[in-house]
Amino acid sequence: MSTTQTPTLELRNLEVAYTVRGIDRQVLRDVSLSIAPGEAYGLVGESGCGKSTAAFAAMRYLPRNGKITGGSIIFEGKDIVDIGETDVAQLRRSAISMVYQNPATALNPTIRIGKQIAEVFELNGVSKTDAMKLAQESLVKVQIADPERVMRRYAHQLSGGMAQRVVIAMALASNPRLLVMDEPTTGLDATVEAEVLDLVRELRRDTGTAVLFISHNLGVIRNMCDRVGVLYAGALVEQGATAEIFKNPSHPYTVGLLRCIPRGGLHKSTDRLDTIPGTPPALGTKYEGCVFASRCSLADDKCQTELPQMVEINGAHIARCFHSDKASSMPRSIEKIDYASQADVHSVHNDDTLLSISHLSKIFTQDGHKVRVINDVSFNLGFGETLGLVGESGSGKTTIAKLLLGLVSPEEGGVVTLDGKGLAQTLNRRDVSDVGSMQIVFQNPDQALNRRHSVTRIISRAVERLRGFSVDDSVVRAHELLTGMRVDESLHSVRPAQLSGGLKQRVAIARAFAGAPQIVVCDEPTSALDVSVQAAILNLLVDLQKKDNTSFIFISHDLGVVRYISDRIAVLYLGRVVEFGTSQRVFNGPFHPYTEALLSSVPNIDGSIRKRIPLTGVVPSPSNPPSGCVLNPRCPRKAGSGFETLCETEEPNLTEVEPGHFMRCHIPVANLKQLQS
Amino acid sequence: MLRFIAKRIGLSLVTLFIVSMIVFIMMSIMPGDLAKQTLGRDATPEAYEIWNKEKGLDKPLVVQYCVWIGGVMTGDLGMSFQYEQPVSEILGPAASKSAQLAIVALILIAPISILGGVIAAMNRGKRIDRVLTVGGLSAAVIPEFVWSVVLILVFGVAIRVFPVSAFPDEENPNIINSIYHLLLPSIALLFVLFGYISRITRAGVIEALDSDYMRTAVLKGLSRKTAVFRHVLRNALLPTIAVIATQVPYLAGGLIAIERVFNYPGFGNILMDAVVARDFSLLQTAVFLVGLVIICFQLIADVLFAVLNPRIRQRVTE
Repeated sequence: MSTTQTPTLELRNLEVAYTVRGIDRQVLRDVSLSIAPGEAYGLVGESGCGKSTAAFAAMRYLPRNGKITGGSIIFEGKDIVDIGETDVAQLRRSAISMVYQNPATALNPTIRIGKQIAEVFELNGVSKTDAMKLAQESLVKVQIADPERVMRRYAHQLSGGMAQRVVIAMALASNPRLLVMDEPTTGLDATVEAEVLDLVRELRRDTGTAVLFISHNLGVIRNMCDRVGVLYAGALVEQGATAEIFKNPSHPYTVGLLRCIPRGGLHKSTDRLDTIPGTPPALGTKYEGCVFASRCSLADDKCQTELPQMVEINGAHIARCFHSDKASSMPRSIEKIDYASQADVHSVHNDDTLLSISHLSKIFTQDGHKVRVINDVSFNLGFGETLGLVGESGSGKTTIAKLLLGLVSPEEGGVVTLDGKGLAQTLNRRDVSDVGSMQIVFQNPDQALNRRHSVTRIISRAVERLRGFSVDDSVVRAHELLTGMRVDESLHSVRPAQLSGGLKQRVAIARAFAGAPQIVVCDEPTSALDVSVQAAILNLLVDLQKKDNTSFIFISHDLGVVRYISDRIAVLYLGRVVEFGTSQRVFNGPFHPYTEALLSSVPNIDGSIRKRIPLTGVVPSPSNPPSGCVLNPRCPRKAGSGFETLCETEEPNLTEVEPGHFMRCHIPVANLKQLQS
Repeated sequence: MLRFIAKRIGLSLVTLFIVSMIVFIMMSIMPGDLAKQTLGRDATPEAYEIWNKEKGLDKPLVVQYCVWIGGVMTGDLGMSFQYEQPVSEILGPAASKSAQLAIVALILIAPISILGGVIAAMNRGKRIDRVLTVGGLSAAVIPEFVWSVVLILVFGVAIRVFPVSAFPDEENPNIINSIYHLLLPSIALLFVLFGYISRITRAGVIEALDSDYMRTAVLKGLSRKTAVFRHVLRNALLPTIAVIATQVPYLAGGLIAIERVFNYPGFGNILMDAVVARDFSLLQTAVFLVGLVIICFQLIADVLFAVLNPRIRQRVTE
């Protein structure tokens, strides 16, 4: 970027504080950055580090208790910190727009989409009828299917991806010079995320808008941004060109973040994930020295007492660290746990089947229609094995978990066998030991733990119920379990609300292990957690598995996580298993066309350019599945395969294409292999 | 949508049937021998029998119920024991009087309470919010007949700007005069309902103000005022409409105390008289009609809510 241009946005020593209970707590500390016209600048960091605050500050939109306590926000050379409400509104109307994390709630539920978009044009002085015309054109620009119909719809009638396209259309309607995107694809399916990111990239090429891109997802940032800034505890700790930062991270926090992600190729059998020790600081913590010192393995006395300044690493690449030269080679931070003695006993999981499900189907009735959400699913799970379930939302992952646990009953013919014993279809007809032997860990521990009980009580109750222990014994057992989950003893008597997200999830895992389970179903257990916490939880799960030979059914939309933790993987599409095999096979190919598309849509953290295999069209409704192979209308490999007629008329069977590798596809695996090489 | 309305009407009919049963059973287990009361203690047993036969009270309860409900359905509300007049002739004019009071009260109460709630929400936590919220609640805990007496004493007796009776004396009062007479009781009702309705409105508006779509509207560049008008009110007032609709039957179904204090010949007054006189045939039908009004307005509220809220409307249409 040329430096002579006036930057579109410049934050200069920006300080923002929130007033909480009468005390100002600093959330942004001396943040300086600038974004040139046409440039995409990414801000990364874990939750609570101030990313969104920075984004909203740039919009001059802070919560009621937030205020700018120092520094300046300069938009196109003009300081906008002190301008009045009318001028701010004028800026938002014509120059700065925003795209939000939850597109569905960002749209007004009672106003038609067309009118909501047209409103932006009307604000800029366009007549009502022209505004409607322009609104429809803007929907065409964001490549939404059937824009004319979307105009007349309401927000709840749109899918997440469509809603985000509408929000983007609305943001671009004013031809902004700066677009602030706050986690725009978080919560969207991988394939939808990829489409939205493609769209943003294209629009940027056409419009030359400068972008401030906020994300916790390093892969997304890597693929979208020219430059990156890393925020920690409200301070910018490192900044530079994207490729440079990812290649040569020079702040220990950046290095730590990159190391704790389960990257391609890592697997629990050979690699342990790095974590960042300690926890992020509470809002508004005051610092003498470096904000990261308490969690940094390189920190010395100087770091504790003296505030480091930005040092130049390589031209524009700067880092706020005294030891930036040592950062990339800093010692790995691996939580060590000694389970060697037990590990020997169970180290090789045998091939005996622990859980077997066959011909499981589930039909829900929705508005009088029968919807087949699960269609004839069968698989086995061995002792100490992890089976990963992947697929887009609506593919039936969670319903399978519910069927296994007996929370919903399968249709006639579906059988679940645990350790050779048939399980009753519903939970209330299973005996206590069956209930204890299959447990679940949910995505959101906030909602899964009773807020009124202490942590010990939550666990001891479960022990009492599932193991039949006396009250005293179950409390002792609860302490053992919590300690085993590395929940510090000082926290055993607190209530869940006082714990961080990661600790809550540890408590939830302890609860699942209260009944000495043989199988634990993990439904997106790390999706709500930051990457460093996620790594620690994944390590914990792997340890528990090695120690007790527990089997896991692991549901996640994060393919990197599934790949790391799973022994075998089932890929689901529209309630059907389309591919099944070892983690190795499923991720290295040959792939089922759906798996191929899914894998290619994940933004890569290593920056390698990979051709995206798009899935065209929308996920069909399970109430009216396409004839033939359910994937055929969207299949990236159907055209030209020579099997088109077969694909469109006959549903393929799940067949073994290689030893232990199953696929539901008419195209012979040799052909797929050739196409995919 | 039509299916939804049909379903709702069906459910309302079921409710109505249960109401009619309860009303009837309650009337029949009430103590006191009607014949004795009407004819006096000195009448002969034969006279009692003849009276009972005449009124149909000698028949089994099931038959009595069927006769009554059959009559109600065909528009024959029976005869009042007390006035020896068709019930419809007594209740008809009273119902129209009560409806007039309800309409005037509603026109006064709804906009003022909603406005109060909106103002409180927009100034959340500030003094005006506290005044409106605390004031509204304080006013609501004082019963309407106390307010009525206070209002009469202040504006009817001391200052003499409003008449003390809610009913004009003249033969054929014009509309303006009628409304003028109804203002004081309406103000008493406003005091009672303001706190309730404005609090619901305030909650709805605050929820909408804090919503993501309000943030979107502001970040589009709308001024706060325009954003509130275009994006907040419609969403915020949905629950309020339902609340107001449920208050209508309270207003229309017999404001016994207010009608007594203001000497207004409405439904409430009739009900009270019927209770005192143990005029069961009148009372039973009147109570049933109050139930009918309540159920009707609940139905209207539900349908209105569905029409205004696209989310429910769609669920309903599909």
